[in-house]
Amino acid sequence: MSLDASDVEKIAHLARLGINVDDIPGYARNLSDILSFVEQLNSVDTTGVEPLAHPLEATQRLRPDVVTEGNNREHFQQVAPETESGLYLVPQVIE
Amino acid sequence: MAWETVIGLEIHSQLATNSKIFSGASTTYGAEPNTQACAVDLGLPGVLPVLNEEVVRMAAMFGLATHSTVAPRSVFARKNYFYPDLPKGYQISQFELPIVHDGYLDVELEDGSSKRIGITRAHLEEDAGKSLHENFMGKTGIDLNRAGTPLLEIVSEPDIRSAKEAVAYMKKIHSLVRYLGISDGNMQEGSFRCDANVSIRPLGQEAFGTRAEIKNINSFRFVEQAINYEVERQIMVLEGGGEVVQETRLFDADRHETRSMRSKEEANDYRYFPDPDLLPVELDEAYIAAVRESLPEMPDAKKARFVSEHGLSEYDAGILTATREMADYFEAAAQVAGAAGKLTANWVIGELSAALNRDDCDISNSPVSADMLGGMLLRIEDGTISGKIAKQVFEAMWQGEGSADEVIDKQGLRQISDAAAIEGIISDVLDNNPKQIEQYRGGQVKLFGFFVGQVMKATQGKANPKQVNELLRKLLDG
Repeated sequence: MSLDASDVEKIAHLARLGINVDDIPGYARNLSDILSFVEQLNSVDTTGVEPLAHPLEATQRLRPDVVTEGNNREHFQQVAPETESGLYLVPQVIE
Repeated sequence: MAWETVIGLEIHSQLATNSKIFSGASTTYGAEPNTQACAVDLGLPGVLPVLNEEVVRMAAMFGLATHSTVAPRSVFARKNYFYPDLPKGYQISQFELPIVHDGYLDVELEDGSSKRIGITRAHLEEDAGKSLHENFMGKTGIDLNRAGTPLLEIVSEPDIRSAKEAVAYMKKIHSLVRYLGISDGNMQEGSFRCDANVSIRPLGQEAFGTRAEIKNINSFRFVEQAINYEVERQIMVLEGGGEVVQETRLFDADRHETRSMRSKEEANDYRYFPDPDLLPVELDEAYIAAVRESLPEMPDAKKARFVSEHGLSEYDAGILTATREMADYFEAAAQVAGAAGKLTANWVIGELSAALNRDDCDISNSPVSADMLGGMLLRIEDGTISGKIAKQVFEAMWQGEGSADEVIDKQGLRQISDAAAIEGIISDVLDNNPKQIEQYRGGQVKLFGFFVGQVMKATQGKANPKQVNELLRKLLDG
């Protein structure tokens, strides 16, 4: 499978990455190589094999429904770039 | 051209847990911003989600109550997208292997018929935080208290054919989750909301038309309005020679219309993959059997029992079982009233519901408790008060003047059932109205009501109406 320039732009957009236009052909080639490498897996016959959801042969441990975390807002907000009235402030996201 | 509407609903029901789905932070509504958002909810580096056992049990209950398969093995997946109220950059949800799938619900329609709506799946996921767009000097404020709140997303088959059916289905799911006690169903607080997938096709055509998804509708009335508007819009587009675009739309409750929400270059691509932080959830048969054992009586079964056990009509039983709170209230009151089912039903559906409505009050904190209402009905049954006086007693109880017996004693409302006493009063009435007697005996039989009224007036409504009627007849006609 090979990716073209528009695929690279779309992937970059979905990942919110700004990329240099000059680098796009290189990314396209590298990403295509990775896909070709992984594509080898398609040659294995997986009929009747249950899809693997996790490499560990274990199942989910559950925790009781108990509130164990108190209010640590002040502590957490020390590392936030900007806060006001207890809210985290971020660049405006509505047009 | 005749068109057929095709609708599928995705209902998000918040699960009524104490703590979040993957963290030990509280889920209490209305707390100060970010005071209930812990390191896991904030998506800080190095944290790991641990699944809450209650959400698994609640999802299993829902599955069993909707004739669905509760999956012996289900898997959590990451749904990737960027938005500031989703700090991890992904929402933990379920994709290929949801915890509940392939069930159905029978929904009663307005014409009395019943329709089966398929449930494709119900999966567990975490809610996002809240973005506040007002008044932060050009910035957006983020409150992550809601982040990580457990949701059950219930996806229907495209079996729904009208806005009314959609409302009936949504109400049924709403009633069900409340019966099961797995969600408070509070729509104002966003605990119960839905997305509607709406398309139209020429009547008789097999293939589906292109659908639009209307997001985040939070009331039954809005569901109906939004769907009706959207159907009209799509018909206009198609009949005008255009094409319906697959897109997300938002319902504007003020303008009663839907509006396009996302432009097409931002087409969603969530790149789901199994979350490596969470292991598959495995439920064995013993677990599922234990959950099945714990299920409360379902609305349909309760309704049927109300008809057979309490002798109610289908209609009354349907109203009384619409919510678990009302059904419980009815049963408690009927028991105190000495199993007077029909009488109790009339009072709960009539006087009580009217008073609750009038004072915008919920049945669970009604000023007149089930015990109090039952106690009053008992006094109607044993002839202490008439149905008419009972309304006065009810109002006094509603105003906090005590139990029915206290009100009856304090206000001297005991019914007069002593025949001699009633006869005396009737004689007085007849003596004072000779002209009316003449007219009555001259053929104006309607005047009978006048005499009843006079007797009731003389006794402040306390005379036993049945006896008054009998004795009056005897004295007037005899």
